[in-house]
Amino acid sequence: MSLVVRDLAVSFGGVAALAGVTFRVEPGTITSLIGPNGAGKTTAFDAITGYVRPLRGEIGYGDAVLSGLRPCEIAARGIVRTFQRTSVFPRLTVFDNVLTGLHLRGTATLAGILGGSRRVRGEEARLARDADRILAFVGLAERRRRRAVELAGGEQRLLELAVALAARPRLLLLDEPGAGLTAAEKRAVAGLIRTIRDQGVTVLLVEHDMRLVMGVSHHVIVLNGGRVIAEGPPAAVQASPEVIRAYLGSARADA
Amino acid sequence: MAVLLQHLLNGLVLGGTYALLGIGLTLIFGLMNVVNFAHGEFYTLGAYLTFAGASMLRVNFLLAVAAAILGGGLAGAACERVLLRPLAGESIDTTMLATIGLWIVLQNGELLAWGGVARSIAHPFPTPPVVLGPVSLAPLRLAVLGAALVLILGAHLLIHRTSLGVAMRATFQDGETAALMGIEIGRIRTLTFAVGSGLAAAAGALLGPIFLVYPAMGDLAALKAFAVVILGGLGSFAGATLGGLLLGVAEELGAGYVSSGYRDAVGFVIIILVLLFRPAGLFARVGRVG
Amino acid sequence: MARAPRRPLRAALVLCLLAVPLWLPSPYHLHVLIMAGIFAILALSLNLLLGYAGLLSLGHAAFFGIGAYASALLALRFAWPFSAGFATAVAVAGGIGYLTGRLAIRLRGAYFVLVTLSFAGVVSLVSVNWMDLTNGPLGLPGVPAAELLGFAFATKRSVYYLVLAVAAGAYVLCARLVRSRIGRALIALRENEPLAASVGVDGTRYLSLATALSAALAGAAGSLYAHYTRFVSPEVFLFSYTLTMVVMVVAGGKGTLVGPVVGAVVFTVLPEVLRELVAWQWQMLLYGTFLLLTVFLLPQGVVPTLAAWRERR
Repeated sequence: MSLVVRDLAVSFGGVAALAGVTFRVEPGTITSLIGPNGAGKTTAFDAITGYVRPLRGEIGYGDAVLSGLRPCEIAARGIVRTFQRTSVFPRLTVFDNVLTGLHLRGTATLAGILGGSRRVRGEEARLARDADRILAFVGLAERRRRRAVELAGGEQRLLELAVALAARPRLLLLDEPGAGLTAAEKRAVAGLIRTIRDQGVTVLLVEHDMRLVMGVSHHVIVLNGGRVIAEGPPAAVQASPEVIRAYLGSARADA
Repeated sequence: MAVLLQHLLNGLVLGGTYALLGIGLTLIFGLMNVVNFAHGEFYTLGAYLTFAGASMLRVNFLLAVAAAILGGGLAGAACERVLLRPLAGESIDTTMLATIGLWIVLQNGELLAWGGVARSIAHPFPTPPVVLGPVSLAPLRLAVLGAALVLILGAHLLIHRTSLGVAMRATFQDGETAALMGIEIGRIRTLTFAVGSGLAAAAGALLGPIFLVYPAMGDLAALKAFAVVILGGLGSFAGATLGGLLLGVAEELGAGYVSSGYRDAVGFVIIILVLLFRPAGLFARVGRVG
Repeated sequence: MARAPRRPLRAALVLCLLAVPLWLPSPYHLHVLIMAGIFAILALSLNLLLGYAGLLSLGHAAFFGIGAYASALLALRFAWPFSAGFATAVAVAGGIGYLTGRLAIRLRGAYFVLVTLSFAGVVSLVSVNWMDLTNGPLGLPGVPAAELLGFAFATKRSVYYLVLAVAAGAYVLCARLVRSRIGRALIALRENEPLAASVGVDGTRYLSLATALSAALAGAAGSLYAHYTRFVSPEVFLFSYTLTMVVMVVAGGKGTLVGPVVGAVVFTVLPEVLRELVAWQWQMLLYGTFLLLTVFLLPQGVVPTLAAWRERR
């Protein structure tokens, strides 16, 4: 199923963060959304996943219309996102973090829970096994009993990824997965992203590290000033004069 | 028609003091972001101090009121320094629980100190009402209305025209920058809390002689203060003033035309309705303090 | 997190509780324990909101009172049997709790507190003023004792067992809830709401559920209270009840199951013990001081602090 974004516009107090972007994310691909700071990348994520209400535009996933849905409803349709600043449940253990992420995979009802039904207990055991599997996948099995707040920065990023994976996404939106990671950690994350895609999950990521982007992406979309200025395979985008200008321009502005 | 005007006038008398309560709380809740559940206790303190001055020590009434306001301010400063300053970085839940604890301690302290029997405050005003055309007003209430308006004006001048007021507004708008510019954040916090508590004490000192003084009187006052602040918009000085007057009038009209038993419910209902339907308050855009 | 007591310890505790009327037969002691049990239910209910969902409600006495009045009125006016009255009281309290939850869900922190306070204030005023329904300040005397299958819980001893059963049931239900998927959802909403939403946790739904269940439990406590004291008046809405509940939960340890129960027992027994020593006026003062001390020294509450201390040794 493709994610289709058509003429999406978001404004904050009169300032257009997104001025009408249109793009498509094809299933089974890894697509990257790049652009200078303030280009509107995270805003696009926020709009797609229902955290921000757009001014206009349509967002569709397969047959479903996502516009107007709340974040929890969008997650229920298989679209899960991570956040720009590492977001975990700080006081819960690593294991409980992932177990919480498995919320949608459980079906226990209130009556079943209060009645202490055997089915609920069986489900809890299954969810615990799923949580351990996911922790092993991201490499955090050793840290199972630690509180999330006690983990190092890179490990917290992995935990965040684990929690997102627990929600069984069909489309995974990763907001700067490489931020604050060492080169080695970034390589590990890139590997994880590729494996995730191989398991059938479509990935859309926002990222600043060009090596990471060019290394994993099938398709790159470039935003600047709230608009799409280029898109295509990584090599083509990298060579595009508009893109270079956009980055140099922002570099000049930042200088 | 005369009856309506009478209700309106009575409502303004009450409303003026509610405005004082509200301005005090909007300084504390709106500026300092402290949910001060003990606000009503400074109101009670103001009433009891006035009682002590006017009825027990038999000093000049105005002096007693002034001393009560000062006493309330000092008590507020002490509470801020001892209780709230150490908790400045904590979550809002912790601060709430601390002010709830303070509320319990202060109220029961009053209970122990003064006993549960309601007291009345001696005042020098004559009893026969002053007649102003179709309406009449007891001299005491007239004095209360006048004093409330003076205090409201004074608070307005303090906040908008003095350097202290500027410092206060700056601190709570952007603490880091204010500190960099040489403003002592701690001192400003204490002063703001003191002013807010002093205004609450003023309301108690003014309403005390009209009604009776008893330890639990602050409970309703606190809730009404919150109602005023919510109605007027958090942090809005003009909103608190208008909100207070509105609440006073609404209560009087409700008591007069609907039922006096449910008089206090007006404040509750306002809180519920405003928070559910217009959380920013009715006057949110008018004259923000911070 | 506190480790659950092991099997033999738990069995011993249960036996102890069952045997209480044998070694503490005096009606006075049983009365204290009955009130402790009722408050334990109340503390558990408030803990669901405060300790797990992270919502501070200062209006909880309202649901206690609604449960008490509903149960009493159904028995007095319509001669309903206790079981039906109890169930209805629970349902009514829970339903109103659900509604207040749905309405207040957008409000958090201080605003939620204010709405709950205001709600309790309105309910209290209604109970005083709506004479036709509630008999106003005079209250409703002569509420019949609880009875099930013909057996009337008329003695303190029998009421003790009834309250013990309901309290144990409440504890088990809360335990099952907080360790479940729904419990995790509530905790997630408290710890990091945007993240919770991103994995599909529906805030509105679960918080309304929490307020409903919490109110239902409080209503159950109210019903028990009404049929025990056989008299209901607007005094059930006294703010001091709510404050007592808050102190019990916070000092005992919010976010744990055992904490509120310990808090309830301590703060029911302690005033009785203190009553010998100090005048009642000091009681609330000490509560307030205790709350302040807890906030400053033991912010987690007694039970979690003890548990952490035990784990560190």
